[in-house]
Amino acid sequence: MTRAFLPGLTVALGVLALGLLVAFTVGRYPVSLTELVDVLLARLTGRPSGAPAAVENVVLLVRGPRVIAAVMVGAALAVAGTAFQGLFRNPLVSPDILGASSGAALGAVLGIYFTLGVIGIEVLAFAGGLIAVAAVYVIGSLLQSRDPILVLVLTGVVVGALLGAGVGLVKYLADPYNQLPAMTFWLLGSLAATTVSDLVPLTVPIVLGTAVLVALRWRLNVMSLPEDEARALGVATGPLRIAIVTAATLVTSASVATSGIIGWVGLVVPHLARALVGPDFPRLIPTAAVLGGGYLLLIDTLARTAAPVEIPLGILTAVIGTPFLHLAAGRHAADLVVSTRS
Amino acid sequence: MILDRRTLLVQLAAAMLAPRAARAATVTDGAGRSVPVPPRVERVFPAGPPAAIFLYTLAPELLLGWPRANRPQEREFLLPDVGGRPEVGRITGRGNTANLEVVLALKPDLILDVGSVNPTYVSLADRVQQQTGIPYALLDGRFDGIPLAYRTLGDLIGRREQGEALARNAEDTVKTITGRVGAIPPERRPRVYYARGPRGLETGLGGSINVETIELLAQNVAGGTRGGLANVSLEQVLLWNPDVIITIDQDFAATVFSDRTWAPVAAVHARRVHLSPKLPFGWVDFPPTVNRLIGLWWLGKILYPELFPEDLRKLTREFYARYYHVTPDAAQIDRVLAGRD
Repeated sequence: MTRAFLPGLTVALGVLALGLLVAFTVGRYPVSLTELVDVLLARLTGRPSGAPAAVENVVLLVRGPRVIAAVMVGAALAVAGTAFQGLFRNPLVSPDILGASSGAALGAVLGIYFTLGVIGIEVLAFAGGLIAVAAVYVIGSLLQSRDPILVLVLTGVVVGALLGAGVGLVKYLADPYNQLPAMTFWLLGSLAATTVSDLVPLTVPIVLGTAVLVALRWRLNVMSLPEDEARALGVATGPLRIAIVTAATLVTSASVATSGIIGWVGLVVPHLARALVGPDFPRLIPTAAVLGGGYLLLIDTLARTAAPVEIPLGILTAVIGTPFLHLAAGRHAADLVVSTRS
Repeated sequence: MILDRRTLLVQLAAAMLAPRAARAATVTDGAGRSVPVPPRVERVFPAGPPAAIFLYTLAPELLLGWPRANRPQEREFLLPDVGGRPEVGRITGRGNTANLEVVLALKPDLILDVGSVNPTYVSLADRVQQQTGIPYALLDGRFDGIPLAYRTLGDLIGRREQGEALARNAEDTVKTITGRVGAIPPERRPRVYYARGPRGLETGLGGSINVETIELLAQNVAGGTRGGLANVSLEQVLLWNPDVIITIDQDFAATVFSDRTWAPVAAVHARRVHLSPKLPFGWVDFPPTVNRLIGLWWLGKILYPELFPEDLRKLTREFYARYYHVTPDAAQIDRVLAGRD
């Protein structure tokens, strides 16, 4: 099944544009449209703005970085999810299938347990995600099998469960008054604390990983074929798989390290993108990136505006994501077939 | 820990078989439960951190151990032989780390729990008491409940006079402090934001035990929503624009003045961000029991310096002597007031 690329991508871009418009204009701190335009124009042209300092502060240092982070994290999770769904030939795979999120979670709760600062916690989370996936890959490669993909998924599930037990143990040992709530909040996911200084460590791995996945978008079509067919087409599946897994892990770990655990985006958005442009990866990857950015941005805007208290992102993405997935699965059952051979 | 099997069996048998010989003396605990008064109390098992602290203040030598071992910087402000007692786990709060067999092997005469008195803890108390045959008293750790809790515990462990003295002192402290602030209508009191977490974006909502000290003396900016702990966005804090920020996080306290994003907040601008003392136990938030009484003086002086002319160092020394049975020297008080670990 093929769908027109441009109309589909336009819809995704429309969602992102709508998200940006809404996200910049609404928030707990009242900022009028004229003030917003004034601050942004002043920033672009370098002249001093006429808006109050507090408004400028909100737009440039509080809301701005958070909007950018939401777009990047959403795009990263969507692209990683799309790539993994193709690579594992399974429509129910999400970016954390190889343990990236569980590894990051263990890193983060350890950071909180040892009362490290924000940067320490983020570094441990990022490293935890990378180490977990590396371990899964090494263990998976050691097991000889005719179906390396299946072994990899199984190893990921096993290691993920083990890491989950580790998280449980650390939570159990944590100080129930101070550390435990911090861990719980982290595991529910939030972009509330995003600052300008978070953007650099977030951007570098995400841009790098996404660039690799975009560059490999043609190969992903081949990788979504069964192993022997892909090999018969002359593709070196082993190295290619490592490249895809590394890139997807890089973006997932960086996202999770900044935002905490945010499920469902990497699972749902690829389906929505597939409904828009069909299963061909060269079209799917860019569409998923744009759509994922807009999708998480809209959800995060809801998370920070609905109540004086933040609604954890992980809860909102699940509540909003599950019906979407159901709808996508029901309406476009054919699109759930990930392979291009549909 | 080696379990004395015979003791365990005897205790279990006692619990299961014989309805214990009816004793005349029972005491009504904070949950309205009737708790038999043990004939002689020499060993008390604290169900959680507030219970350990509460018991320590009234009868330190009865304390079997601590739910978590005290760190060296905390032990400095506790009686040397009691502060260093071993870790025994907890049977209340979030997570159960004490094994009931271990509890039995320690042969406590009484199990004490201090904290929220709600149906969850009441049923836990009933179950443990039934399983172990050891009287289990549940006392209310909120400021309103502390005097009665001291009197009840005094009755239970045969220290009526000392319990009464601490009950009076706690009552007087709360009455004195709230009396001075009472004349100020609630809407004229300083608007306080309570910051937790390294980024200061975790806060206590209205009515939560975490902000009981703050809400007694000031307006909690997050008080409009009722609940426990929650995350808020910096935009929301900017909108609240609190006059004063109270925090327990030293990372946050160390960075907030150099953080551009916090600069517009009135409290930051006026340099009214205060790090709560936490040695040996927190002054404003946790554990939620008597350790927060001295925090009321501290908060009173911060919020209403003209109403609280007392010397905080002197108050600190008196409080530590009366409740913690130690007399800190000037350097130690400096360390406490600095609020760092």
